Amino acid sequence: MSLATETRPTTRREWLLSDRPQSRLQARLGRAYMTWRRFSANRLAVAGLLILLALVLVAAFADQIAPHSPFVGNLAGARLLPPGSDGYLLGTDDQGRDILSRLIHGSRLTLMVVALVAIIAAPVGLIVGAVAGYAGGWIDAILMRVTDIFLAFPKLVLALAFVAALGPGIENAVIAIAITSWPPYARIARAETLTVRNSDYIAAVRLMGASPMRIVIRHVMPMCLSSLIVRVTLDMAGIILTAAGLGFLGLGAQPPLPEWGAMIASGRRFILDQWWVATMPGIAILIVSLGFNLLGDGLRDALDPRESGQ
Amino acid sequence: MSLSAIERGSGRRRARSRKIVATALQFLVVVATTYLGLLAVTFFIGRVIPIDPVLAVLGDRAPAHVVDRTREAMGLNLPLYQQFFIYVRQALSGDFGVSVLTTNPVMTDIRRVFPATIELATLGTLIGGLIGVPLGVLAAVKRGSIADQIVRVIGLVGYSVPIFWLALLALLVFYARLQWVAYPGRIDIVYEYTFTPITGFYLVDALWQGQWDVFRDVFRHIILPASLLGYFSLAYISRMTRSFMLNELQQEYIVAARAKGLSEARIIWGHALRNAAVPLVTVIALSYAGLLEGSVLTETVFAWPGLGLYITNSLQNADMNAVLGGTIIIGSVFIGINLLSDLLYRTLDPRTRAR
Repeated sequence: MSLATETRPTTRREWLLSDRPQSRLQARLGRAYMTWRRFSANRLAVAGLLILLALVLVAAFADQIAPHSPFVGNLAGARLLPPGSDGYLLGTDDQGRDILSRLIHGSRLTLMVVALVAIIAAPVGLIVGAVAGYAGGWIDAILMRVTDIFLAFPKLVLALAFVAALGPGIENAVIAIAITSWPPYARIARAETLTVRNSDYIAAVRLMGASPMRIVIRHVMPMCLSSLIVRVTLDMAGIILTAAGLGFLGLGAQPPLPEWGAMIASGRRFILDQWWVATMPGIAILIVSLGFNLLGDGLRDALDPRESGQ
Repeated sequence: MSLSAIERGSGRRRARSRKIVATALQFLVVVATTYLGLLAVTFFIGRVIPIDPVLAVLGDRAPAHVVDRTREAMGLNLPLYQQFFIYVRQALSGDFGVSVLTTNPVMTDIRRVFPATIELATLGTLIGGLIGVPLGVLAAVKRGSIADQIVRVIGLVGYSVPIFWLALLALLVFYARLQWVAYPGRIDIVYEYTFTPITGFYLVDALWQGQWDVFRDVFRHIILPASLLGYFSLAYISRMTRSFMLNELQQEYIVAARAKGLSEARIIWGHALRNAAVPLVTVIALSYAGLLEGSVLTETVFAWPGLGLYITNSLQNADMNAVLGGTIIIGSVFIGINLLSDLLYRTLDPRTRAR
């Protein structure tokens, strides 16, 4: 005990970077700190993180921030006002609704789609991949064949067909996108599982009598998480673009919901004279998916130093 | 040569030919299962998800005996696996049913509209490849420079921008304001009745018949949507080219070439790019498949009478036969290109062949 007090480092930074962590918590925090250092050295990645933090804040406080109602416009006095008009920073649409307010409320829909797809698709891919990789043999062969089949499909067209059958709506759009986006996660999870499957700690756990299910859930899946998180973040931009595309075709969120893709579709009629109605939501989509791409690139470099060479 | 050596040689040859047969068989199994999977999914979408497919065709006002007759005609009274069997047989013979919207067989419609999509996607990939590869090489050679950063930003924006939105803005700028390109559509209404296409690829047809005014007009229509699609494949191709080239430029043979005193241009374009070309071929093939799919949104904006517009029009009118037929066709081409690029990669790269 006295030894520990003698070698206890003085500053918090030294405590985090200690070679001989005194507790599991210290080791974990130290690793997280190192990752954060690598991540925050990348300015673009931090910019991506800030964009997404701003998105979450805007979505959380949409009711407080939005200057006008997203649904009820001023039909008599404020139709199709250009950006910079009095009280309407980004202009108004054909129903006299403030575009800025609609964008602010639309951020909730964007976040919802992204979060739901991630919550549905990532665990499915994780389970399929980890089970296939750990079990091996014919289970592996069948699961991976199914994954490859889904991987070979055109995503957008398949999502379109699914939504066409399920009926338009934002929930069905989420389901359709989730169905088409789990296969890459299964591939990644399987690859990670194969690398840890024959390692000593798995053998030790097995000797202690852990069931295969326990091994997969408690000891294999956590090892797959970091590469999975990177991939999911990188996919987010694609998910947002697909959701916006479905909205643009009238198959995603239905009016009067302020979904960004649907807003572009409704502004399409006025594109020649009132360009801002369709332009503003597109800029919002561009910024948010850019944020996800930047964050994903940064996370990949920070969490997976093997790949960061390129 | 001794007898045993000859025997050994023929044995090796036999082993190799057996290996080729096994690879071919494996490939066939992959093609068959993938295609069956696609049909199973579209079958699921068309037959299982709707509560009553008859209702989807007839609407809810049809009298009972019509409903019964239609149900029988559609084979819906059979067990599901038999229905699937019939479905697969029909799909393999190119029978996707009749489009409710156009009253033609879906396959006839698709044959009419598909060349327009192919033409657009091909030109898009050409643009993407011809600009994307040099950009990627430039970024890799001048790694970390301003040029590298610019190429990176071009790629990042390409990955992040909604294509239909960019298409709308491009129409606004290049058609409405600058008048550089023609209005949405494929050909001017003046030529619509005088020009008789042969292959369905209008650019080729106009050239073949020597009609320069038609060629000019078609070009003015296709260039904007093709450039947009080209930008998206450029984003992907330049990024991949950069990473392949960086990989090659670190190799020892590059050092050897430099030591020999070869010019830098020869090292980059003659040696490094030639080795990077093998994976690049797969990347370009995949981006071509992606463009076929991406054309759905682009064609809608540009009123381009291709498969994408056909699918979205059918979607709007709940014409499921046409939607699923189009999905199967795009899916088949997609799968075909995927597998083909895989095969191409294996045959072009001697290292993967040896394994």
